[in-house]
Amino acid sequence: MIAASDALAGGFTEAPLQSARAFREILEAMARPGTIRRVQGASPPPPLSVAAGVALLVLTDPTTRLHLAGRADCADVRHWVAFHIGAPLAAAEDADFAVGTWDALHPVSRFRIGQPDYPDRSATLIVECDRLAPHGPALTGPGIETATWLNLPETAAFRANRALFPLGFDTLFTAGDRIAGLPRSTRVENI
Amino acid sequence: MYVAVKGGERAIDNAHQWLAEERRGDPAIPELTIPQIREQMKLAVNRVMAEGSLYDPDLAALAIKQARGDLIEAVFLIRAYRTTLPRLAASRPVDTGAMAVDRRISATFKDLPGGQVLGPTFDYTHRLLDFALMAEGDAPLPQARPIEAPPSPFVGEGWGGGAPRMPHVTGFLNRDGLIETAEPGDATPPDLTREPMELPADRALRLQALTRGDEGFVLSMAYSTQRGYGRTHAFVGELRIGTVAVEVDIPELGFAVEIGEIELTECETVNQFKGSKTEPPQFTRGYGLVMGQSERKAIAMSLVDRALRWQELGEDFTGAPAQDEEFVLMHCDNIQATGFLEHIKLPHYVDFQAELELVRKLRAEVQAMQEAAE
Amino acid sequence: MTEHLEAGAYNFAYLDEQTKRMIRRAILKGIAVPGYQVPFASREMPMPYGWGTGGVQVTAACLVPEDRLKVIDQGADDTTNAVSIRRFFQRTAGVAVTEATPEATVIQTRHRIPETPLKQGQILVYQVPIPEPLRFLEPRETETRKMHELEEYGLMHVKLYEDIARHGQIATSYAYPVRVEGRYVMDPSPIPKFDNPKLSGNPAIQLFGAGREQRIYALPPWTKAESLDFDDHPFETSKAPHDCDLCGAKDSYLDEVITDDAGGRMFVCSDTDFCAGRRARGMKGRLWAPKPEGVA
Repeated sequence: MIAASDALAGGFTEAPLQSARAFREILEAMARPGTIRRVQGASPPPPLSVAAGVALLVLTDPTTRLHLAGRADCADVRHWVAFHIGAPLAAAEDADFAVGTWDALHPVSRFRIGQPDYPDRSATLIVECDRLAPHGPALTGPGIETATWLNLPETAAFRANRALFPLGFDTLFTAGDRIAGLPRSTRVENI
Repeated sequence: MYVAVKGGERAIDNAHQWLAEERRGDPAIPELTIPQIREQMKLAVNRVMAEGSLYDPDLAALAIKQARGDLIEAVFLIRAYRTTLPRLAASRPVDTGAMAVDRRISATFKDLPGGQVLGPTFDYTHRLLDFALMAEGDAPLPQARPIEAPPSPFVGEGWGGGAPRMPHVTGFLNRDGLIETAEPGDATPPDLTREPMELPADRALRLQALTRGDEGFVLSMAYSTQRGYGRTHAFVGELRIGTVAVEVDIPELGFAVEIGEIELTECETVNQFKGSKTEPPQFTRGYGLVMGQSERKAIAMSLVDRALRWQELGEDFTGAPAQDEEFVLMHCDNIQATGFLEHIKLPHYVDFQAELELVRKLRAEVQAMQEAAE
Repeated sequence: MTEHLEAGAYNFAYLDEQTKRMIRRAILKGIAVPGYQVPFASREMPMPYGWGTGGVQVTAACLVPEDRLKVIDQGADDTTNAVSIRRFFQRTAGVAVTEATPEATVIQTRHRIPETPLKQGQILVYQVPIPEPLRFLEPRETETRKMHELEEYGLMHVKLYEDIARHGQIATSYAYPVRVEGRYVMDPSPIPKFDNPKLSGNPAIQLFGAGREQRIYALPPWTKAESLDFDDHPFETSKAPHDCDLCGAKDSYLDEVITDDAGGRMFVCSDTDFCAGRRARGMKGRLWAPKPEGVA
């Protein structure tokens, strides 16, 4: 348990510039699935990674519902989110954003996939990983010239998600200060 | 030899310089002050506040001065400024029943509790140019003659201590079940300025769009319903203008604090009745609420509101523009309209060239076919 | 409140942080569903609707202080509205600006895709007046949304086919619709159809902002965007059948300039940076002559 005062630290010190730079990395990550980018500027309480903290600071606010999954749902993270972001915490089914390990987020079929007329009303998952590496199942689709590779935690769930297109959730993978994106449009090799 | 047109930046600077000179006009004439505009062009200020969605008479006056009296341009300045303001709190709903009225009239009852109060109105003025106003210096103001206040007609509930209440005419009708009940709702209304417009819209969203909509557009839509394009047989049940308190809940204190007061115009229309075998006939309502003294707009708004309610009230869609929610809501905003309209004066060389080439090609083909046929 | 406007100062890139977050979320959803128009709560900008407010908001949400921004209108860097928008970002974001396409990291455009091929790391932001490709066939948003949902694009094909019946060819010369990755039909903004092939398989990120219509959409890099056509009437690009009279380019999109009142005209590259670059490398067109001494 960190002291309450620690919740006051770990946000951006220069929000406009730091969030601009971080968003640009996240944009590149999501637009080029399988590429791994670096972000900085946040030091959220454990177990959140720097990259997950940055993604939350850049994308979430009091207008987005946030689901904390598994160990991410702890008092320190809750305090930090309350102070720096103000996002209302929500159940997985209602969340616009969710953060946690892949196991903690499971079953991912709980998350919002959008509506046929508004496919954008879907969740974005921030999946905390031990490491990100350009090895694993091949990824193809928009944003990818021929193929990229990424060490996904599994393939079946992402293949099922792709089958829902244009519905589906979108995913950011985070490890340390690294971040990678996997939008619903990406086709994942069956291995 | 050809030299391409250059110097856009300098041209823009020069144009703006010229604009500034034109705004000022003849420097031998004293410059308008903001208080002068605020006090003496009050209805223009009100319109800019209403359509700009920002209640600040000084800023509206400044915008009018800067815009050289072009009210849509002034609304635009206010809207652009408003966007940059932080949203610190949401007020409690204002209580127009507690309005301190300057004007309050009903077209449906000759007399009613609270009385008919004409207030400062153009009604019954003869529209004759008053050349006395052309003279320099203050023309003497006519003295208002005092009218003896009638004895208070209020009995029983609604008049117990505290601020005097001015009951709504529709409330009197409601007591007898003669008009539809407007159920209060606790749902947070959608916010047109923070969320994209989503259709179909609910009534709260429609009213928001109408209250900041262009007065001319809303007026014409309302007028069209009177002429039969979605007729709703409206009576002005009540029109009231006055000030209301704005209160904000302070969570730390646990109660609401008055942070100021604003002037509003509210119009409630009593419209054609509906009924069925099981439900006795009842009048229906249209509603208009506009910042400032803006009664033309408030009346027009209530007619358009009523026309847009056809579906909910089980009426037919006759194809009238004022019944068409998407048509009304997507076209009532004069800042959107004027921007898009005026953008066609921007360069379109590229798309025009594409059309030019296409037409030339099609003409050449037709000509070739004609020649081949001959 | 540090992120808010101080008196006389602007937040980085003008918009407040909450607004930028909202736009950034919309951009990411647009990237995730290529060609789908994401509704966003467009803000009132200090320039009129129809003059690039959508593009400006998208650019503002993407800019970093290290960017080099290029702004073009009709392909040219020096048209008045391009000058005005470029200046807005110089003032509010303090970013470096450039006219050179290869040096730019963010390019905001109205009506053209630069002639010089774009590359990875660049973002092309389009200003879009009417984002809905079906709007001229069906004015109601409630209807067109349904049509996209159900992939009911028959009406569009009927329209194009009527063109062929009447004119012998598809009579759409700009804002020519594309089908993105076989799913959404998308309006590429009023670029000439000459530019359509550049939409597809482009290594840059392409973002589209429509402020008044409150829509953002996107083409991620390498995304397939096929111009609608028929087997017996394949899509064709078109341009004026001339070379540039200044730089001699044979394959660039041309503006027609009327030079006198006796029918005289010349054709020049609409992409001013492309044209100037060619001339700087010594390429000359029919009418090119360097400015004489003493002429400003």
